[in-house]
Amino acid sequence: MTAKQGRNITFAALVLIAAAIWIFPLYWALTTSLRSESRIVSDAGVWIDELNFSAYIEVLSTSKLPMWYLNSVGTSVIITVIVLLTGMMCAYALSQLRFPGRKLLYLVVVASFMVPVPALYVAQFVLMSDLGLVNSWWGIILPQLIVPVVVIVYKQFFDAIPKEMREAVLLDGGGEFALLFKLYLPLNWGITAALAIITFISAWNNFFWPFLVVTSESMMTIPVGITQVNDSFGVFYARMMALALLAAAPVIIGYLIFQKRVTEAVMISAGVKG
Amino acid sequence: MSIATRRRREVRDAILLVAPFLIIFGVFFLYPTYKVIALSFTDAPLIGEGNWIGLDNYIKLFNDRLFYTSVWNNFYFVLLTVIPTTIIALLIALAVGKLKGRVQALVLTLFFLPYVLPVSVVTMIWAWMLDFQFGILQPLIEAVTGKPVPVFKNPHWVMPMIAVVTVWWTNGFNVLLFIAGLRNIPDDLYEAAALDGATAWQRFWRVTWPLLWPITALVLTLQLILQLKLFDQVYLLSNGGPFNSSYVVLMQMYREAFQLNNGGYASAIAMVLFGIIVIVSVLQFQLLRIGGRRR
Repeated sequence: MTAKQGRNITFAALVLIAAAIWIFPLYWALTTSLRSESRIVSDAGVWIDELNFSAYIEVLSTSKLPMWYLNSVGTSVIITVIVLLTGMMCAYALSQLRFPGRKLLYLVVVASFMVPVPALYVAQFVLMSDLGLVNSWWGIILPQLIVPVVVIVYKQFFDAIPKEMREAVLLDGGGEFALLFKLYLPLNWGITAALAIITFISAWNNFFWPFLVVTSESMMTIPVGITQVNDSFGVFYARMMALALLAAAPVIIGYLIFQKRVTEAVMISAGVKG
Repeated sequence: MSIATRRRREVRDAILLVAPFLIIFGVFFLYPTYKVIALSFTDAPLIGEGNWIGLDNYIKLFNDRLFYTSVWNNFYFVLLTVIPTTIIALLIALAVGKLKGRVQALVLTLFFLPYVLPVSVVTMIWAWMLDFQFGILQPLIEAVTGKPVPVFKNPHWVMPMIAVVTVWWTNGFNVLLFIAGLRNIPDDLYEAAALDGATAWQRFWRVTWPLLWPITALVLTLQLILQLKLFDQVYLLSNGGPFNSSYVVLMQMYREAFQLNNGGYASAIAMVLFGIIVIVSVLQFQLLRIGGRRR
């Protein structure tokens, strides 16, 4: 082993230790969740030395967690589908068709980036209340359908597709919808997956809006619901950590499976090519 | 098919394609934007009609000491998060860039993972880490200060600790951007620099830093805007306290609208936040451009 290799291994080890320290809070939550409540407050060993699942069973049987899962999955899936579909169609028109108001529409979409969304929550809440949608899935969903970045990213990718490919489909007698769904969408599955993931994660993790629009416990999404249990559990740390990890499990597992896509999606949404 | 028919058909298709997005955008974004501006000039409660009162809400706001506290806390939080997270993310990205293969993938996963967690999971975990009685970090705090500190109930500790939690949560995003930026710097530039006998230090300041500047500027801008919108972590960890030491602008908007039933006043607060974000990001954009040109 040369001196250089030795230095590289030492460096890699140091970075690994730093990464382990960085992720320690999550590890510590796991350790805590697997212990009995009485042991948590009695000793402070950092290793997982007990596999006690009673906190998980307790949380799953006493809280409304299954219901919150359902609300989170339902609202996030609907948001993702609508955002992608409407964004894709709008981007296609902006990219490929000439129509009056095209430039203005694009300008407004780009400018909407500047508006801090929470500044609109008061007005959006009033609107939801007028529509009778407080404490409902649609109340959670509708204001979250505004994701201008999807339009902008799709437009960039549609712009890059050679015009000659259009002509072939048009000669076969296909219209614009056929072009979009048979040519432009299939050519962009990668970016569609990436945008779907990033939209889904941000809908799943949104706290502020669902927290405002939902007050009945059975309509809550996961990030809002778990804060309620938090209040009622008081000092039961194992249960709190079991609850936190159960709430985080879908995104953690999703991330570990679709890692490449997630990182790609994050970069694309910030306008950076990976 | 005549050109005129074709043209008509193109416009019709375009309208059909744009309509769903435009309707949603109009009803749930443009209309609320108009509504929040309009509400800010009224004394409306959260639900119900109000009277036009001109600039009264804004005048009241600029005489509201709590509002100045909120704005100050927002900027204090920006100071505590934006530059530190940028430096930490850059260091992590540089380190990750030097690694290879599986070790690199593993390290990147570990540093990025917190970013995908819901905010309330993050705050629950950190509330436990920093628990006054049993928190695993309390011995560390005790070693520095001589006694355990209930950090989210202490006016001096609360903002820095919320900043620590926030940096831990959101840093992975910045790491990714820096890694993408570093990958776009061609290797031959480093080879050329090495041939000229440049030290590692010189290579960083002469090659990496200037070529990475667009990404650094992007990270700084995105972070600045994100951190000015602070609400979730404060609400969940300290609820604005103690003694308003973590009270921020969106917290005040939330209280006025949803607890004190002052929809009009809350809208004025929202408008001022909007104004602050626009002004600060334009200013920062200009500063960063000058910073970029000098290099």
